[in-house]
Amino acid sequence: MFRYLMRRLLAAAVILVVISAITFVTFFALPTDPALLACGKTCSPSRLAEIRHALGLDKSLATQYWEFFKGLFVDRTYGDQSITVHCNAPCLGVSFQSDTPVLTILLGDFPVDLSLGTGAAVIFLVVGVGLGMVAATHKGKAADKVAVSASLVGVSLQIYFVGLLLMWAFVDKWQILPAPSYTPLTQDPVGWFQGLLLPWATLVVIYLAFYTRLSRSSMLETLGEDYIRTARAKGLPMRRVILKHTLRAAITPIITIFGMDLASLIGGTAVITESVFGLNGIGKQAVDAVTNSDLPVTMGTTLFAAAAIVVFNIIVDMAYGIVDPRVRLA
Amino acid sequence: MTQQPQPIGTTGASPPVVGESAHEPSSPRPTGAAPAVAGRSPARMAWERLGRDRVSLVAAGISVIFVVVAIIAPLLTAITGWGPITPDNKAIDPNSGNYPLGSFGGVSFNHLLGVEPGTGYDLFARVVYGLRTSLVVGFSSAVISTVLGAVLGMAAGYFGSWIDSVLSRVMDIFLAFPQLLFIIALTPVIQAALQTNEHGGTNENLRLLVLVINIAAFAWAYTARLVRGQVLSLREREFIDAAKIMGAGWGHILFRQLLPNLWAPLLISFALAVPQNITTEAALSYLGVGVVPPNPDWGALLSDASQFFLQDPAYLFIPGVLLLILVLAFNLLGDGVRDALDPRANRS
Repeated sequence: MFRYLMRRLLAAAVILVVISAITFVTFFALPTDPALLACGKTCSPSRLAEIRHALGLDKSLATQYWEFFKGLFVDRTYGDQSITVHCNAPCLGVSFQSDTPVLTILLGDFPVDLSLGTGAAVIFLVVGVGLGMVAATHKGKAADKVAVSASLVGVSLQIYFVGLLLMWAFVDKWQILPAPSYTPLTQDPVGWFQGLLLPWATLVVIYLAFYTRLSRSSMLETLGEDYIRTARAKGLPMRRVILKHTLRAAITPIITIFGMDLASLIGGTAVITESVFGLNGIGKQAVDAVTNSDLPVTMGTTLFAAAAIVVFNIIVDMAYGIVDPRVRLA
Repeated sequence: MTQQPQPIGTTGASPPVVGESAHEPSSPRPTGAAPAVAGRSPARMAWERLGRDRVSLVAAGISVIFVVVAIIAPLLTAITGWGPITPDNKAIDPNSGNYPLGSFGGVSFNHLLGVEPGTGYDLFARVVYGLRTSLVVGFSSAVISTVLGAVLGMAAGYFGSWIDSVLSRVMDIFLAFPQLLFIIALTPVIQAALQTNEHGGTNENLRLLVLVINIAAFAWAYTARLVRGQVLSLREREFIDAAKIMGAGWGHILFRQLLPNLWAPLLISFALAVPQNITTEAALSYLGVGVVPPNPDWGALLSDASQFFLQDPAYLFIPGVLLLILVLAFNLLGDGVRDALDPRANRS
């Protein structure tokens, strides 16, 4: 188990290094010059050179990447005589726009995505698997048919359409809920819940039906196995067979998809949700960074999201071994 | 539902390889086919299965209508008399912040779907032209990603050894990339790179090309992984050995022997990629990194509508509902294609 984990973590680290290198080369080889943007319209060549030097853009691409890489382990100091920014290890660079270390920005925005992602994910997983169980045990009946057809509608809906509709109905027309916003849970639990209720609802509308359908088909497949018949034949009640024997085996494919969805949600890929509801998470930061040509922040957000995906991949595989005793990690 | 007779040797291979025997030039007639269904090719059987599926037929009908509307968009706007960027100042009320006159976003005989608030553009014209954008981007990126995925997946699966290792790692990396974030970030980069090279193309078409490249660049890895898995089991089959013994080169084996056996998974992944790509394109345009205004696009329309939806909800409903119908129709059709080609999978 330990050796397996070590090997997976090593492979994950390699993937992240490759992704960071690709991202770095792509964006730092950009034709648009970030120094020119920082310098403004009235820019003297000497000032431009100064800024370029301060941002470290006068060095070769390889040197720049090496310095970026080194910054993950050793403190770095940016800037020239006028402004210096100290960036503690692990350093992901410093924003061109706000002169703040990228990691500070990311950690500041992360709680938004964490609340948004986990809140929605818990709801659609629990409700979705529950409905899927009901649909599977009532195969061919009305509840089953509704669950199956609803799932494709859910997949085809757009987050921004659902989100705007919900806002229009609940915030403006009926005025039941306040406009969505993020309040830290520790500060005001009620405000946290109310502010995130609509974003959660939107994500649940999009994802729920898919999970229902997935768990339905997985349950149906498991219910056809011989050992389920054995369990029934030896006199176990249906309830116990479903909850203990079927669900446990049927949940593995759901875990895979769920891990990926959760990773992308809390990794900042909920860009659209954030922009619809005006939440200042990592996704919004990423879009802003692109519009401002703020390369270090773009790098940081991309890497952060990739790291979330890679790490959750490992967690999913570990969870397999716990949930399904037939899976052996080697 | 009729069970398709499986050719010997595919049992246990997942995902199933469908429709193999029909296209094996080096083997005689399909040996596994039962006498009752002899003479019907798997392609024909899949086609018949699709024809019996009423939901798929309706979805196919709606999809065809959308495609036709997109093709004859200039004709339609010529009939209604309003182009996508011809403002109608009489249809909006300058005294109330340029909101459309009349109910439900100014729907009238003159403007079938009303007008855009602020600009006074005819919404019908913008919708039919926006549909062109969606379909062009959706289809061309799906074609590119399917072709790319097929070629690289076949190469990885057939050649094995270091080619497989390298290509598989590349697929892993592409699948681990935060796609939407990266596409957002990459769009201006590719745009700038292309712009310095060729000055000929207009800005609008260039942006479409950039979108297509970007979406395809992140979609091929799924197809490639799927194809690789199929080829891994196919390459051990006798007809490949036979081709090798007869002295066929790898080009012949890949494209004349393996490729015909892959059309089912390729068609499925193509059919499901189209709605997926349409969604991505609309999302990018919604976020403001897709199609550049004032060019019409459904994602951009919805983004625009989000500023007005309090006063003019019709402007949000119309493109939103249409986008839902479009994506749903293509999804249902893709699902139907999958069920028809892969009847063993109990998804329905």
